[in-house]
Amino acid sequence: MELDSLYQEVILDHYKNPQHKGLRSDFSAQVHHVNPSCGDEITLNLKVSGDQISVISWDGQGCSISQASVSMLSELLTGKTLSQSEVIVKSFSELMASKGTAAGDPEVLEDAVVFAGVSKFPGRVKCALLGWMAFKDAAIQSQGESK
Amino acid sequence: MSFSVAEIRKDFPIFERTIRDGKRLVYLDSGATSQKPWVVINAESDFYSKHNAAVHRGAHQLAEEATDAYEGARAIVAKFLGAKDSEIIFTKNATESINAVAYAMGNAEPGNRFALTASDSIVVTEMEHHANLIPWQQLAKRTGAQLKWFKVNQDSRLDLSNIDQVITADTKVVAITHQSNVLGTIIPLDAIVKRAHEVGAVVVLDACQSVPHMSVNVAELDIDFLAFSGHKAVGPTGVGVLWGKAELLEDLPPFLTGGSMVTAVTMESATWAAAPQRFEAGVPNMAQAVGLGAALNYLSNIGMDAIAEHERSLTGYALEKLLAIPGLRIVGPQENIQRGAALSFTLKDIHPHDVGQYVDSQGIAVRTGHHCAWPLTKIMNVPATTRASFYLYNDEHDVDDLVEALLGAQKYFGKF
Repeated sequence: MELDSLYQEVILDHYKNPQHKGLRSDFSAQVHHVNPSCGDEITLNLKVSGDQISVISWDGQGCSISQASVSMLSELLTGKTLSQSEVIVKSFSELMASKGTAAGDPEVLEDAVVFAGVSKFPGRVKCALLGWMAFKDAAIQSQGESK
Repeated sequence: MSFSVAEIRKDFPIFERTIRDGKRLVYLDSGATSQKPWVVINAESDFYSKHNAAVHRGAHQLAEEATDAYEGARAIVAKFLGAKDSEIIFTKNATESINAVAYAMGNAEPGNRFALTASDSIVVTEMEHHANLIPWQQLAKRTGAQLKWFKVNQDSRLDLSNIDQVITADTKVVAITHQSNVLGTIIPLDAIVKRAHEVGAVVVLDACQSVPHMSVNVAELDIDFLAFSGHKAVGPTGVGVLWGKAELLEDLPPFLTGGSMVTAVTMESATWAAAPQRFEAGVPNMAQAVGLGAALNYLSNIGMDAIAEHERSLTGYALEKLLAIPGLRIVGPQENIQRGAALSFTLKDIHPHDVGQYVDSQGIAVRTGHHCAWPLTKIMNVPATTRASFYLYNDEHDVDDLVEALLGAQKYFGKF
């Protein structure tokens, strides 16, 4: 079923057992992003030590796609450098814009390639991107502060 | 005439297509926009192919025909609402209708009955769609007037116990929905209208969810302004209606200025035409207005009372079937009394967006989210809801399919 390409097992696993959920008090930037069309919300705390992403924590409410996506992002980007994260976020954004034509580069995106199916459902792309846009915003804020 | 959904569905070409790999289309999103019958599609198309010209201008036959068609549509709308032709103003949609009143009031000069100051108040309710909240919120900000509101009680009804404290001597406007687009609650207007008029306030009714579904007579309701959108009443997009009492429209300044809304113009100043022209600057949405006329005729031929009765009975059936689903909570009145055919609900542990996606995979169209009523969603203590909204072309088979799909969603997401 087409629906299974959207709701991959890994995505539902992250939804049921979200990683890095629960805001931590150690952060260098905090952002709150909302999807005004559906009301999904994510607050994301980011701690950057030097050039390295040391802690990502988040809290939020929303659909399985938005919540699983930020959960996976947190796992994927923790420990990466800011410049590595830029490449990954760009790659994920491109995958989401692919309208189902791209599979995603597992070398860059690792587990996040499972979101490839989401790009076939235009109504859900924003769900998948919510956490990533929040992270991008937090990363810019952190960089601003360190300069 | 007996009410036959099967016959009605034949009038709507969209039901000839299938959804998501051959599934039957179950359209339960008429609260957002309704489907269109051939008579409406043809009326709009005929206007362009046979009569197209700018109305109220041009010394030629086409201009005459276009004007006749456009003004004919105005007469149909007037009759449909129990109003005078000159009280019907065509807008783009209900949002524009409400903004037109709010901005016109904001343009009123001191001494005009509509002029608002910091010592006035505007009353709304917690149930409002953003379209009947934000224009008043912003008018209050611009004029310094106080914004007050009625609260929603635990039964999803409006709490009118403090009506005399909410609508007070300083109240100039009471802007209220006729039927909540989220809860389905129908608002009893009598007490509100009586109290508003007692203090000299005007009542602006957001009738988006009522005019398409039941008989609405502005004289009987004794309201002052009414707004609805054509596209929710089997009409085209791009056309809405603002109705205002003739004597009030006389004193209401224009909102949009420009061509065809004037009596005389110099380089320094202009004087305004009488209503409705004063409120219809520029070449209007002519084909859409004509399409709306055809839509309201179509509904009248079936009969608004028959449509209301059909929806009432379908709502009763849907409430019973939905409430039997474990973990399903109706967000709105659970009793089929004073409620319309918009049913919002949550399904335990499954987010509405995921519910919507699953039922879509079964060919069923529902709306998910906060339905442009964010404050209300927060008050009802839900992040979002799924809404099934029914219309004249829906039947019990559609309800059964929805119920089956919801049970399927529970199985799919494995939460039960």
